[in-house]
Amino acid sequence: MTATSFPAAYRNCPVTARRINLQAERLIRVNAVVSVVALLVGAIAALLLVLTRWQAVHLLPAVWYYRILGVHGMNMLIFFIIFFEMAVLWFAGTVLLNARPAAPRYGWFNFGLMLVGSLLVEAMQWSGRADVLYTSYPPLKAHPLFYLGVILFAVGALGVVGQFFATLTIAKREKTYIGSMPLVVYGAMTAAIIAVITLVHGAMVYIPTFLWSVGLIKGVDPQIYRLLWWALGHSAQQINVAAMVAIWYMLGALTVGAVVLNEKVSRSAFVLYILFISMASAHHLLVDPGFGSAWKIVNTSYFMYMAVLASMVHGFTVPAGMELGMRLRGYTDGLFGWLRRAPWGDPGFSSLILSVVVFGFFGGITGVTLGTEQINIIAHNTLRIPGHFHATVVSGTAVAFMGATYYLLPLIFQRKVAFWKLAKLQPYMFAGGMLLVETGMTFAGSFGVPRRHWDISFSQAPFDVPFNPVVDLFLAMIGIGGIIAVTGALSFILIAVKSVFFGERITEFPQGVDVVGVPQGLTRPPVHATNADEINAELHAPGHGKWGPTPGTVVLVGVFLLAFMLYYFTNWKLLSFLWKIG
Amino acid sequence: MLTRVHTGLDAVPGIWWKPAHKAEKVWVGIAFAWCIVLFAMMPLWHWKGGQNPSGVRRRVDPKAFYARTVLFASKYKVGEDRGLPIVQPPPGADVYLVGLTFQWYPILKLEQGKEYMLHLSSLDVNHGFSLYPLNVNFAVVPGYDYGLRVTPTAAGDFRIICNEFCGIGHHAMVGRVIVVDSTGRAVADNGAAHIRQAGAP
Ligand code: HEM
Ligand SMILES: [Cu+2]
Repeated sequence: MTATSFPAAYRNCPVTARRINLQAERLIRVNAVVSVVALLVGAIAALLLVLTRWQAVHLLPAVWYYRILGVHGMNMLIFFIIFFEMAVLWFAGTVLLNARPAAPRYGWFNFGLMLVGSLLVEAMQWSGRADVLYTSYPPLKAHPLFYLGVILFAVGALGVVGQFFATLTIAKREKTYIGSMPLVVYGAMTAAIIAVITLVHGAMVYIPTFLWSVGLIKGVDPQIYRLLWWALGHSAQQINVAAMVAIWYMLGALTVGAVVLNEKVSRSAFVLYILFISMASAHHLLVDPGFGSAWKIVNTSYFMYMAVLASMVHGFTVPAGMELGMRLRGYTDGLFGWLRRAPWGDPGFSSLILSVVVFGFFGGITGVTLGTEQINIIAHNTLRIPGHFHATVVSGTAVAFMGATYYLLPLIFQRKVAFWKLAKLQPYMFAGGMLLVETGMTFAGSFGVPRRHWDISFSQAPFDVPFNPVVDLFLAMIGIGGIIAVTGALSFILIAVKSVFFGERITEFPQGVDVVGVPQGLTRPPVHATNADEINAELHAPGHGKWGPTPGTVVLVGVFLLAFMLYYFTNWKLLSFLWKIG
Repeated sequence: MLTRVHTGLDAVPGIWWKPAHKAEKVWVGIAFAWCIVLFAMMPLWHWKGGQNPSGVRRRVDPKAFYARTVLFASKYKVGEDRGLPIVQPPPGADVYLVGLTFQWYPILKLEQGKEYMLHLSSLDVNHGFSLYPLNVNFAVVPGYDYGLRVTPTAAGDFRIICNEFCGIGHHAMVGRVIVVDSTGRAVADNGAAHIRQAGAP
């Protein structure tokens, strides 16, 4: 049964000359396909949500707004993202290491568990038996099958993570690569390690809740639930970040020949994610009654900022790697010649750069600021929060995953990318629309507009709450941005589905020409100058100047830091105008 | 010596633990220093700043908390609005506010510039205390008494929005806080003037 006994179980990748195991390839495909289906459900839900929050339209009735909000949260944050991550794990563990998957049949079993779990959750949510949103804070109670569905899903995911580690071990033992594993795989491994931490918390929170829902235990403490739930919920976001950064390194390599500046720096940054992330649960609980300030500060800051440090390091090394890669290919003009001459029409590249920029500038800066103990007072549960996390998990992670898909379609599915013109536009449309959504949410939230709220005209409330009229403008911005973003998401789905099921087959990539439906990195792979090592040594030499080999990036991160400081201290200033509280 | 030029997709033969370029080290240093600033701001604000979520916190039986709130309301009741008591405790008093699906009980009447100990809790599920239009937000968790020392800085007619999903009537859950100046009038206007005409003070 093992792949070694069937040499025909592999094919050779025409571009990267890697061995691709066919069983692994099938697992990558199914997980990616289900992920896209979840994205479809989530995107339709998103459209309904923005059209409801846009107070002038106010589409859904209250019951359906809350129900669809739950559906959107589960389908997007859990099913779309995690099924895709399963595909990434199979890809990184096997294709990138020329390896065979550990126990592929068990992989199908785990996939089945996850699928059944998600279908249970869907059934409960759509039928109105789990109107508890995706956080499902008790004492709100859902049907037991909802919790059971989540548990099955998590067990399946944990199984795949275990298989990923087994695959790494096999690859090492069978010496399918020489030296240390590639950085991209190292990043995927980081994500997998965090996934174990995450899923253990998942068990700690969902098993008692399930028992409570069937009446076997009397109650679940609401505050302890919130603590453990966020140990699950936030660590899960760190899986997304680690997977996203791994994909940044991968897309950088494929699209512009990005190099790894320094393995030590990049790998140490990944290790910081692992070490400090489970403490970040605290920044969801900064204005909760169950914990003291010392606990809040230590957990959210001292340690979490080490994870922030890691992101700031990647925020340097990723663009710097791209810059250096371009310079080593001869694009040396000026500070930003490398950026100007990058392949902006390659959806893999545009996704990458949009993901890096919006994640860093918008998601990162707002995240750290909102996660500050006191500043959280003016942000908790307002629309500022979804404004922040759409900039991380959507504009960052989802966009990176979409960009990766444009390369996976030809490489793994062996199909041309359908609707190529649309594909070139898609990253801009999706990220642009999301940027409007995030901006609208952030500003509306600054006026105190709550998240998860059906009617901020408060027509059914005993007292009026007349928000500043400018809020309507921001809500309209969410609506319009949302329509654009959902169009972008649906375009992506259309492209993916058409390519996978009806796309033109492609097994050979002609070199040196542009082919419609094939990202440029595959037909014109970025090649470094033959004497790249010498040029590199020269750029690194002390005589070259103290700005180092990547002066453009130094400028970019400088701008970033200034923006960060400005936003951060502005928020302290706003906080200081409030009532005295303590 | 640098490692051979390679991308993140390539396995790295040999030793990759090599010194980084100065520019990279400087950035890591700056980023680290900034992280320390981010950290230091929080204890600093506890020391010098006026807004902190620390409070006095303890566990409480939800029913007991509710009973205490009802007692508090009857003791200091000065009026009524939409069936809810308007309660004016003396400055410095313990003030109780309870969230229950789907209302905030009771209506509070406080004096500008005076400190109160505001106790927040819930009778049933999680709720979210969001003071409009100031945008001050706290989580309200059943079984936990969140005691916050508050000093209203300006008079006015405020609202409490519930900003934690608590069920199908969540969006109708709005409460009221009135802050009067030392002459007893709610001077600052948040635009809800017609309510004041129709309702109490
Ligand atoms: C297709 C574009 C998208 C749009 C237009 C969109 C829009 C929205 C809106 C309007 C809300 C409701 C905010 C509120 O009323 O509280 C929301 C919530 C949310 N979205 Fe999205 N979203 C999109 C994609 C995504 C993706 C890709 C993810 C995750 C990967 C995601 C994760 C979430 C989560 C976790 C919530 C919170 C649900 C809750 O509060 O229970 N969204 N989104
Ligand atoms: Cu509520």
